[in-house]
Amino acid sequence: MRGFFKYHFNKIREINQKYAKPRAKMTKGVGLALLMLRIYLIILIGILIFKFITVLKG
Amino acid sequence: MQEQIKAKVLAGGARRSGIGLIPSLYYHYRRIVKWLAIFLAISGPGIIVMVADNDAGGITTYAVTGARFGYGLIWFLILLGPVAYYIQEMTVRLGAVTKRGHAEAIFESFGIFWGWFSLFDLILINWLTLVTEFIGMTAALSIFHIPPFITVIVVSVVMSIMVLQGRYWTWEKIALLFCGVNLIYIPCAFIVHPSVSGVMRGALIPGFPGGFNNDIFFFLMANIGTTIAPWMIFFQQSAVVDKGMDEKDIPFGKVDTFIGAMFTVLLAAFVIIVTGTVLKGVPIESADQASRALIGVHKYLGTFLAIGLFDAGFLGAICISLASSWAFGEIFGWAHSLNNKIKEATWFYGSYFIAVITAGIVVLIPGAPLVLITLFVQVIAVTLLPAALIFLILLLNDGELMGEYKNNRFQNTISVMIVLGIIILSTLYAVSALFPNIFK
Repeated sequence: MRGFFKYHFNKIREINQKYAKPRAKMTKGVGLALLMLRIYLIILIGILIFKFITVLKG
Repeated sequence: MQEQIKAKVLAGGARRSGIGLIPSLYYHYRRIVKWLAIFLAISGPGIIVMVADNDAGGITTYAVTGARFGYGLIWFLILLGPVAYYIQEMTVRLGAVTKRGHAEAIFESFGIFWGWFSLFDLILINWLTLVTEFIGMTAALSIFHIPPFITVIVVSVVMSIMVLQGRYWTWEKIALLFCGVNLIYIPCAFIVHPSVSGVMRGALIPGFPGGFNNDIFFFLMANIGTTIAPWMIFFQQSAVVDKGMDEKDIPFGKVDTFIGAMFTVLLAAFVIIVTGTVLKGVPIESADQASRALIGVHKYLGTFLAIGLFDAGFLGAICISLASSWAFGEIFGWAHSLNNKIKEATWFYGSYFIAVITAGIVVLIPGAPLVLITLFVQVIAVTLLPAALIFLILLLNDGELMGEYKNNRFQNTISVMIVLGIIILSTLYAVSALFPNIFK
């Protein structure tokens, strides 16, 4: 079991190192698209949390 | 006159090239046969992903849409065909050029934050969707008095055999066979003797039965939600890579995807024709409920619909579980091809079995919140769908990555409009699923 977790933690570290530098050029268009996506996801997660709290209170 | 001109042109062409008319025609015939032979060898991922798109949830949506609005929304489904084609065609180009799946392409181009986000979201959504496919399959076979545990066991065994035979090609041909079973909806539509003029009107004249209201808006959103799902993007790109498609195969891949898109629309329309003819105005909520109602109408009708629902769930299940395993394999660097034996790709097949078995077990748990899971899928899907679509467009605009296959201005205009439309409508659909009274 310990070996299993150790192997996977090492693997995740390896993946993080391998993809640490994004290959895509951060042009204005790409930056804007990613920013909009971040904002969209934050709003959506906010709605989900609100719903979760409402269900708990109800 | 036209025939004479054509004959003269052909004869002239043959004279100029120094060969006779018959050898020239034979040459064209051989060319067409060769093209068809190559196409048959390359086709598969597009047809499979599109037909599997009509999964258990999709068939339920179409059956309820038909019962609610008759033939009135067939035109909308026809519009969704090109939408699905435009999105999926981009995955063919991306996979054939980069030789990477969508998950790996996101990691490589946008870094670890977006990479891990996409991977975990995909695994979660796919697993939940897999549960809904099992719900659909068990419900369909319960019409034939087959207990859910038998369905789950048999389906899991068949799904395992399909991947364990060790060849992508064989898996694909079996999957295409199951796609063929989906054609069962066509005889169903002929059995019910629909009004041909009514169907033509519903297919060709856009309109909203009873006017545009919140109810119809919800159904439009639901139909969009079933047409484009995140797993489809990941699945087709990985399938293109696993099949070994190259840049030169892109035109065949596009035709494959186009035929698949036409099939998915056609089959959805036939489901609507069946329920729109026989069950219009009957308050049904699911496809298995529709099947039960139709058994009383005609000896074979309900049976065919139930077989179709089972097949839809099965196709969805085999594609969704593979999409997850491919994504895992790409990122973790495991061997991740269906051409690998189980010893060579233990983790790839292991993750596949874990997904299938756990999803099957959830359906068998007494009192499991299956309705909540179905609702949750709709909501969680919109956290990944916009991201997957935006990454797709950004990747297709990367000149260094795509070279001559990058999107041109026309393709960008169309795909950006489609993606924005899908994001807005699928988000509204998720919000209306969370807050049912918000648009009322």
